[in-house]
Amino acid sequence: MPSPGKSKWAGVLRTPVGVSAATLLAAVLLLAVVAPLLWSDEAAAVDTGQILRGPSAEHWMGTDGLGRDVFHRVLVATGLSVGLALLATAIGVLTGLLLGAAPILLGARAGRVVSAMVNIAVAFPGLLLALFFAVVFGVGASGAVLAIGFALAPAFARLTQTLVAKVSGLDYVAAARIAGLGRVRLLARHVLPNVAEPLVVNATVAAGSALLAFAGLSFLGLGVQAPAYDWGRLLADGLAGLYIHPAAALAPGTAVVVAGLAFNLFGEAIAKGVGLRSAPVVFRRRDRDEPVAPAPAGEDRRSVLAVENLRVTFPGGTAPVRGVSFALRRGESVGIVGESGSGKTLTALAVAQLIEEPGEVTADRLEFRGQPLHELPDRTRQQLLGTSFAMVFQDPMTSFNPTQRIGRQLAEVSEQHHGLGRRQALDRAIDRLQAVRVPAAARRAKQFPHEFSGGMRQRAMIGMGMMGSPALIVADEPTTALDVTVQRQVLRLLQSVRAADDVAILLISHDITVVRRFCERVLVMYAGRIVEDLPAADLPARARHPYTRALLAAVPDMSTELERPLAVIPGRPVDPARVPVGCAFAARCPFADEQCRGADPPLVADREGRRVACWHADVTGGRPMMAEEVRVGE
Amino acid sequence: MTALLSGARTLRGLAGNTWLHFAARRLVRLLISVWVLVTAAFLMIHLIPGDPVRAALGLTASPELVAERRAALGHDEPLWLQYVHYLGGLFSGDAGTSVTSGLPVSRVIGDRLPATVELAGFAFVVAVVAVVVAVPLGVAMAVLTRGGRRRRTELSFTSTSVVLGAVPEFLLAVGLVYVFGVRLGWVPVAGRSGLVSYALPVLALAAGPAAVLARLLRVETLAVLHADYIRTARAKRLPGRIVYLRHALPNAVTATITVGGLLLGAMVAGTVLVENVFAWPGLGTTIVESILAKDYPLVQGIVLVYGTGVLLVNLAVDIALALLDPRSTIKES
Repeated sequence: MPSPGKSKWAGVLRTPVGVSAATLLAAVLLLAVVAPLLWSDEAAAVDTGQILRGPSAEHWMGTDGLGRDVFHRVLVATGLSVGLALLATAIGVLTGLLLGAAPILLGARAGRVVSAMVNIAVAFPGLLLALFFAVVFGVGASGAVLAIGFALAPAFARLTQTLVAKVSGLDYVAAARIAGLGRVRLLARHVLPNVAEPLVVNATVAAGSALLAFAGLSFLGLGVQAPAYDWGRLLADGLAGLYIHPAAALAPGTAVVVAGLAFNLFGEAIAKGVGLRSAPVVFRRRDRDEPVAPAPAGEDRRSVLAVENLRVTFPGGTAPVRGVSFALRRGESVGIVGESGSGKTLTALAVAQLIEEPGEVTADRLEFRGQPLHELPDRTRQQLLGTSFAMVFQDPMTSFNPTQRIGRQLAEVSEQHHGLGRRQALDRAIDRLQAVRVPAAARRAKQFPHEFSGGMRQRAMIGMGMMGSPALIVADEPTTALDVTVQRQVLRLLQSVRAADDVAILLISHDITVVRRFCERVLVMYAGRIVEDLPAADLPARARHPYTRALLAAVPDMSTELERPLAVIPGRPVDPARVPVGCAFAARCPFADEQCRGADPPLVADREGRRVACWHADVTGGRPMMAEEVRVGE
Repeated sequence: MTALLSGARTLRGLAGNTWLHFAARRLVRLLISVWVLVTAAFLMIHLIPGDPVRAALGLTASPELVAERRAALGHDEPLWLQYVHYLGGLFSGDAGTSVTSGLPVSRVIGDRLPATVELAGFAFVVAVVAVVVAVPLGVAMAVLTRGGRRRRTELSFTSTSVVLGAVPEFLLAVGLVYVFGVRLGWVPVAGRSGLVSYALPVLALAAGPAAVLARLLRVETLAVLHADYIRTARAKRLPGRIVYLRHALPNAVTATITVGGLLLGAMVAGTVLVENVFAWPGLGTTIVESILAKDYPLVQGIVLVYGTGVLLVNLAVDIALALLDPRSTIKES
């Protein structure tokens, strides 16, 4: 069995860029070894009858000032150019590694001094460092190797520092240190293997830079000295005769660019191969009519949202939302629960018209405040949604623009949709921040998101939704990223907004207890469909779908026996790319039989308006489900 | 007195403590960096194996001459005293005397510096203009090619910018000289005479950074377009132009400025090579001449000038970042 490491490296060769870069690099390396052995004599042969001639059949790229063949000289120079570059890279990597590992090798205090020096050195461009060291080590090939090596070192030291800092935080490295493992052995056995991969990738790219830098130093006359020659030396010689004989300068120049590019591209190809290892997602087409349940009639004026047979599809036929129907009235609070991947967030985004290409939303009916969203002209729709449809997202840390003041981000809603001026809009924003109980709102409005705590940000986000006069707030996991006490405050705030302004709330959550406490009605989603729709008050006793009851059983409460393992729902959620025939939950359901595996149960409503999609709803209903029962399907 | 106090308080309230902290921290870092630079320049000569004076004068020089010159340069004094003299000299504007020309180093630098500053300045302006042009280009490329659309457009854009970014400026310079100087004869191939002579060196310096920045901007914009706050902006039903210009652009630009600062620092160093291709009468040709002639006081002086230039560029970048992205004022780096 190939180790994961090997297959990763092989993966690099599967991309077209990776293959061409590897081929190019192999050719350059081969030439570097072979050319000096094969053609040194041709390259050195002086022909005084053919001085500074242009390209001919005999001399493909002409001759230089002593009548020597330029083409062969460029080939032979590969050896010295590449060899010296690799040597310099090796010096740079080693020195950098030692400097970067200084905190481990020398102890904390000396390590800090070294780190500070490295941080200053790294701010200077490599070429300046190389010039500095070239002065110290003297003009010539060996001086240039050391100069470029040391010039590369700070960057590698910095890289090593970062990597080592990451690794030494790991438990087993800390354990090894406590166990009294020597510093050098700690470095060699635990740290190096972990940082080797990024170091190799960067060393490859650095070898390209070293090659270019060496050409630069030699070109300036500070590197390889005559009679030895590398590409930079040839370039400097050729540049003098650029008017009469351009090939003598262009040929070594091209060689430098090609070789440098080979190292760079190969390095980047490995970096990509190492970084991105996700297998290509295979989509499977499914064409099957979904059973559609009619939404409960809600044709009154208080209708906020009416959704029928909502579907979200992605190219390749994946349908993470497969025919969802529900309705919301003014002031109503409805929760959607389900595991991740059940399609609850996509349902919310689809309703909000925020599904991005290439995703596609279709519905038999999608009305907001009685207006068919799909048929409205763009401008009208944006105006309608902008003023009366509010969204609260899961992660308040990332949902605000970090470069803009909070007040400004609220104000722009009113500037856009209510035609308010800057000043007025900001006043409105401060007023709204006060309404969501952000203390010192006027001062807070001038702050940036990173100056707000998570809970405060979520309040501000709700305030942003209240810049207009919302009829609906869609809150997608609004409390998941917050700690428990703050969670309660945010939910209480949403509740009070609902009560005060008769706003409907659609709360998306994976946590059935939150939804049960907060909402009047609960929609349970599984594999892109609603499997049960019932009043929150009916939970847990009157839940009929086995999935709903499994969700409830998985919640530990005060009566949960501590000795027993926590209940879990066995199996894994359905992959939207491969939804099985029949009931999607069948594979994880203790009650599943042939009928379940053969046909998907329709979502049927009973006399009270409760809906459920299960062939055995009447059998399983009313009986509390035990944790063991949940685990039966494993 | 109370008025003064309350004034100070409002000032602090206005600027915010984070800004003061940032400014103080940044200043300390600049001073330490300058000190390290000066010390390194001083030590450079003493790190050279053998006697720098003997090296400068050559093997044929008589021992008496070497001893005399050593004494004149103060090389017989203990190291710490030389260091003190060196620092004192720098503070009074005396950076030593050029060995080859006998002129004060400060005067040689003063003569040559303007040509280099002009070159780097022009290149910087051109690169900035190019990037300002490249910003919409990069963003447009990101918008056009996101989600794997228009593979061919993306490939040609990426490969062009990769190749342009990988060709070092002095090789680009040689190519430009060949095409525009030798083949087409539009511009002089060397020297500094008239505005036309600036065209090629400036282009050689600016092309690479501009290409790299355009590519980076595309990648950054792609990442930013997937950010949560862009979804928030869309949820506010803002028109596309506001979403892209007010919410996507400033965030995509911060990373670009960071890298742009590094490239700009590298550009200062790149002038050394480009000046030598074009025989430009600036600091770059001078430093190479003085290294080859072992004129160490002059090398020292020029190293200080380049180093300070890079430090100032870094400072400017940090300030620009702080203005654009307020988070960077609190980031510890």
